[in-house]
Amino acid sequence: MNLKLRVWRQKNAESQGRLVDYELKDVSPEYSFLEMLDLLNEKLMREGELPVAFDHDCREGICGMCGLMINGVAHGPKAAVTACQLHMRNFHDGDTIVIEPWRATAFPIIKDLVVNRTAFDRIIQAAGYISVSTGSAPEANNTPIAKTEADLAMDAAACIGCGACVAACPNSSAMLFTAAKASHLALMPQGQPERYDRAVLMVNAMDEEGFGGCTNIGECEAVCPKEISLDFIAQLNRDLIKASFMGAGKRL
Amino acid sequence: MATSTSTSVKTMPTFMEATLDAHVPDGPIEEMWDKHKFEMKLVNPANKRKHTIIVVGSGLAGGSAAASFAELGYNVHCFCYQDSPRRAHSVAAQGGINAAKNYQNDGDSVFRLFYDTVKGGDYRAREANVYRLAQISNQIIDQCVAQGVPFAREYGGRLANRSFGGAQVSRTFYARGQTGQQLLLGAYQALARQIESGGVKMHPRTEMLDLVVVDGHARGIVTRDMVTGKIESHVADVVVMATGGYSNVFYLSTNAKGCNATAIWRAYKRGAFFANPCYTQIHPTCIPVSGEYQSKLTLMSESLRNDGRIWVPRQKGDTRKAADIPESERYYYLEERYPSFGNLVPRDVASRAAKEVVDSGHGVGELKNGVYLDFADAINRLGENVIRDRYGNLFDMYANITGEDPYKVPMRIYPALHYTMGGLWVDYNLQSTVPGLFVLGEANFSDHGANRLGASALMQGLSDGYFIAPATVSNYIAQTSLSKVDASHSAFQQAEEEVVNRVNRLLNIRGRRSVDEIHRELGKIMWEYCGMGRTEAGLKKALELIPALREEFWQNASIPGDADDLNQTLEKAGRVADFLELGELLCRDALDRAESCGGHFREESQTEDGEALRDDENFAYVAAWQYAGDDAEPILNKEPLKFDYVKLTQRSYK
Repeated sequence: MNLKLRVWRQKNAESQGRLVDYELKDVSPEYSFLEMLDLLNEKLMREGELPVAFDHDCREGICGMCGLMINGVAHGPKAAVTACQLHMRNFHDGDTIVIEPWRATAFPIIKDLVVNRTAFDRIIQAAGYISVSTGSAPEANNTPIAKTEADLAMDAAACIGCGACVAACPNSSAMLFTAAKASHLALMPQGQPERYDRAVLMVNAMDEEGFGGCTNIGECEAVCPKEISLDFIAQLNRDLIKASFMGAGKRL
Repeated sequence: MATSTSTSVKTMPTFMEATLDAHVPDGPIEEMWDKHKFEMKLVNPANKRKHTIIVVGSGLAGGSAAASFAELGYNVHCFCYQDSPRRAHSVAAQGGINAAKNYQNDGDSVFRLFYDTVKGGDYRAREANVYRLAQISNQIIDQCVAQGVPFAREYGGRLANRSFGGAQVSRTFYARGQTGQQLLLGAYQALARQIESGGVKMHPRTEMLDLVVVDGHARGIVTRDMVTGKIESHVADVVVMATGGYSNVFYLSTNAKGCNATAIWRAYKRGAFFANPCYTQIHPTCIPVSGEYQSKLTLMSESLRNDGRIWVPRQKGDTRKAADIPESERYYYLEERYPSFGNLVPRDVASRAAKEVVDSGHGVGELKNGVYLDFADAINRLGENVIRDRYGNLFDMYANITGEDPYKVPMRIYPALHYTMGGLWVDYNLQSTVPGLFVLGEANFSDHGANRLGASALMQGLSDGYFIAPATVSNYIAQTSLSKVDASHSAFQQAEEEVVNRVNRLLNIRGRRSVDEIHRELGKIMWEYCGMGRTEAGLKKALELIPALREEFWQNASIPGDADDLNQTLEKAGRVADFLELGELLCRDALDRAESCGGHFREESQTEDGEALRDDENFAYVAAWQYAGDDAEPILNKEPLKFDYVKLTQRSYK
């Protein structure tokens, strides 16, 4: 198939970016979206232009490194997949495809389609863990966990930290990302001792990074490649309310 | 010739001789590790913060090591090329992690896990290391559960297990098809806690481009900031490398696109021996190649072999749809040939069998390049819901990539490069031949012999990182008095200069062929002559083709852009330049090892049934290659392998 591409080009964080038009011929429907970009880059280099920078790594939908706004939708038109798992058979010959980076204050652009997502790491660093040092663990089967609880925790833990939720949110909120980790740990007995402190500290960190507040719009859930449920945001909000009565979040 | 020359390399470790000493402790194997732990020297808690440890890589081995070092009180710097340590390729491991808990009461034990691993590795691993790995396996599960890793559970709330290839007990712990992701997030969270507390300084989007050796000891690294292009030295008391494997030398593999061998290759050129490079693992269950521009291959977890049945049409060139082929005309080749292990034979055996049936004309799919992995029986027996619960995400992934629904039609699979058992040589303490350079996880060669069993990579990475390195690195620090060195030292200055020159040299090639194109060509040479079947003639051919291609790269590669900017082509070019050298060493090692063992199949050495035929008399050793200069042949050092606990036999899975 032949495609018209409109790709965001920006030299670096300081410079002004713009959409640039390219035509790309002979794209096989078997290609992944990123293989289509590889093809574009080979063509650009042959023509003496600089290739388009974009983040990617595992190309099997699990590392969370790739993230593109494709025709205004985070990770593109197919539900529940990352850009690397989106295949060109989902497009048609002659289509125009607009490709942009994630746009959020907390995710500054580094170059072209590459953004800085270290704000996510800092939310996890604030309290997104269980404080257990190597060697201090009890026998694994001492604490039974009901299968339904463990499964629900796993649903939340499936988050790959790609940032699509932020990119899709009109407020650029990171609440789905934050809630996924907080809920994963809050749903397990090991996570209880730090549960309410964790909720407060992670949300504070989210605010400090410049992410917006959550107004339950639900765009995040709609684009999440791992289908993380909005219910986890409700869970985190419940924990936050309880934490406010407990005065939690001052330590750790 | 290819690369920058390094002049200060000749600082050879003191124990380097023709045969290598692995420093395995004396005594019965069951007591070795405990005894060794007691005998190792400790560092006073108040002194630990005065010591700096560099950890390169943030996957299961690197992430867990960095966190554990910081918990002990060391000052840690951790580096990764991704934008976050959570993205290291351990994240993609699907199936599970082994441990000898024997929760299923099916006869498992530390000794059995040890035995299965040595046997599965076709008797080319060091017994003492493997025994320790089996011992530590149980602690890993405890640690990960305490961190909140959401392992699969039974209805009673206890941990669930599943079976994996090469074992007849059920000892694999799993978190759906995302076990690697969940274990990595556990290590990442432990790391995050230490970053917050100031114990670890994290350096994402930073690539190690050289190792710095001062007075015979590893004292630091030179890195490139991938955003600004800044070349920088980092000084430490110890360098720990956990940078993964080198499957991408084959271009198409199941590794992430960024996975590379640059760190271990630079270390090799600074004096670390490279062991058994020819031991590569070709995973039997990957989605077959669909076309020329394919950028990577995708694995379908080996756990699928628990419930899927592998078959091809009995009739060659059969063009009927799978559903139209009656049961009597289906060749369940693994079940027929290996009645006791059936579809659960080890990876090397399953891969070769698939190649054999495809090569002989039984392949399926449009390109006739796959075999069926069929779930119809399991779905009939257990119901679609159970299969969805066990493998849902894998089935979805398959459907996305191929456009076919595996609940309705059988999956098509074919072997692909997946893991490299070879890596930098390490002793029992995981220390390389350069004192102060420790190597963990897939980057070392230590535990899997010539073939790794499924669900053992995660176990080894975490065993090395959480439990072994914290003890052995402390011992090294306690015993070694190092001179005070900073980045102005001539060794650092020289290494920095070499890195800068190399970057400039790459940018000045200004040729016409893309780096990917040359990498793809290297991959084809490797797959053709050094893939699932290897011959003397083929390997010799590869040894002619690779240097010529390397020459072509340095004459004609096209690397646009600048050095002081995010330049993904430049990053790729540096890695491909190293693969073009490593590929040659891999072929040389494969040529030298005239026997077949595990994943290394020399067609000249096979049994009447076509199985890998070892030659224990001549090849029961670790081949550890020593760099001798860009224009000289590398030197082969040998570590003889002794088997006191496991009897060497011809592996049989019949």
